[in-house]
Amino acid sequence: MAANEQLAMLVQPDRVHRSVYADPAIFELEMERLFGRAWLLLGHASQARAPGDYFTTRMGREPVIVVRRDDGEIGVLVNRCMHRGSTVCAEGRGHVERFVCPYHGWSYDRGGELRFVPIAAGYAKQDLANLRLKAIPRVSVYRGFIFASLAASGPALEEFLGPAISSFDDFVDRAPGGELEVAGGVFKHAYNGNWKLMLENHLDGVHPAYVHASSIAVARAAPEPGTPGAEHYFDIAVRQMRQNGAPEALWESIGLWTTPRGHGWLGDYHTDKRLTGGEEHPVYKQYRKALISKCGEAEAERILGVTRWNTIIYPNCSFMSQFRQLRIIHPLAVDRSVVYTYSFRMRDAPQQMFRDTVAFANVVNGTASWVLTDDLEVYERIQRGFASGAVEWAYVGRGHGADVDEPGGTRRGASGTSEVFIRAQMGAWLDYMTQQ
Amino acid sequence: MNIEQFLYHEARLLDTQQLEAWLDLFTDDAVYWVPLERDQKDAAETSSIVHDDRTLLGLRVQQARHPRAHARLPLARTVHQVSNIVVVEESGETLRVASTLGLIEWRQEKQRVWGALVEHQLRRANGGFRIARKRVDLVNSEAELDGIAILF
Repeated sequence: MAANEQLAMLVQPDRVHRSVYADPAIFELEMERLFGRAWLLLGHASQARAPGDYFTTRMGREPVIVVRRDDGEIGVLVNRCMHRGSTVCAEGRGHVERFVCPYHGWSYDRGGELRFVPIAAGYAKQDLANLRLKAIPRVSVYRGFIFASLAASGPALEEFLGPAISSFDDFVDRAPGGELEVAGGVFKHAYNGNWKLMLENHLDGVHPAYVHASSIAVARAAPEPGTPGAEHYFDIAVRQMRQNGAPEALWESIGLWTTPRGHGWLGDYHTDKRLTGGEEHPVYKQYRKALISKCGEAEAERILGVTRWNTIIYPNCSFMSQFRQLRIIHPLAVDRSVVYTYSFRMRDAPQQMFRDTVAFANVVNGTASWVLTDDLEVYERIQRGFASGAVEWAYVGRGHGADVDEPGGTRRGASGTSEVFIRAQMGAWLDYMTQQ
Repeated sequence: MNIEQFLYHEARLLDTQQLEAWLDLFTDDAVYWVPLERDQKDAAETSSIVHDDRTLLGLRVQQARHPRAHARLPLARTVHQVSNIVVVEESGETLRVASTLGLIEWRQEKQRVWGALVEHQLRRANGGFRIARKRVDLVNSEAELDGIAILF
């Protein structure tokens, strides 16, 4: 395996070979050629505000530390001592003066330079002089979102994001204070399935009616949402789950865009305007007023007129501005993935909007939620199916032949339920995997 | 019914999948809370694994009975092992009761063991109790967890 010609045979215009999801050798190659090359989203500047603030994460399977350096910039270091290989930093987040290895006390500064080695006399000085925590070669921050690439060269972040950069603008522009911050806790959910299955699900407008049939049904039977001032905690949940059962015609009409690097976004299918434009709701009025005072009425109208559901940044991120959720997927094995789900608070927005974000996260994206649990069940069932060698291909031909290339470099699905996003993701996959 | 018997009864309803009867143990103003974070104080601005009022808890039970509840068909089989029961506080008709929960879950070749510190707020009613509040602090609530479709 691994000759480029062989890889190219696995991805065809309207079908994908099962081994792309199930072959451990291909997964190993993905870690090298795809996660080893692409820009990966690691987190947000608000997770490390002051020098010494750090959080740990993964790039592909590499354990890394994201740290605010003394010069105020973000650095990304491999979490591995140069001596005996131990991680130098506990998992999670916190604040450090130095990263001190627990094994022999080697200590590194916030930039990764080796500053102290106990009983150093035993070592040749010039050997130690060449040692430091390995720095990830490329780090770039766009409007607070921290990206890094394991590859020393490649396209700049802005070029990589291409037209999908507008989804980050949409996300940040909505904050009356001009900034977002990560808040409210992190859900970490895992499943026995390939990492691509999540990214392929988040722009799929056909699955909600079927995967989420049970939560749609119970939401329809739930009490009606309360009037302003008399809402229930669960209103936002009930509204969202009901809308997953929107009529086919709505899904067809919402718009679906992709980019050559596999990114994409789906138009919003929530006709409910409680959060996104409910002109009469007091919380919305307060929010709109705050936004206008920041940027003027015309600009506020432009910002609020953008209606996007999930945006995929290939290969490791999915986010939505409307409910302010962002997910980072970490591939662990060909059939094992873990997803970190973050909530964001918009600076200077009404407090209730963040409370709604938390409620939304709990009932839709949470590890024990009505909605996500059924997605995870289906990912695992797909993985079991793809593990079978009895059938070789997965058919992804919905809308094939009718995709529309637009000026500006986007490709639009013929309808909101086109499988154009899977074709775009697999096209990007093949580019990374066969690039020299 | 004494407190121990009540908590064992609750566990047995869950383990025998009498979910509607289990739901009836809760008061109309009940809160069922499985925090996401250790020592979590707040549920409004910090996410929870479960933070249900009585209505949402009812929807959760309804979903488990839906013929296309993919993650819940079949429901996981469980054993809830309740122990270390201590009455923490008693005032009037209300009691706070701490206990520990050891739980074995099995479904479709996945078997998991859960451990939790549990606190019930119970109200005396008709010679028995109703649950006004139940908080379940999983020892691994902050871990990377596979989807959860059981009730603790």
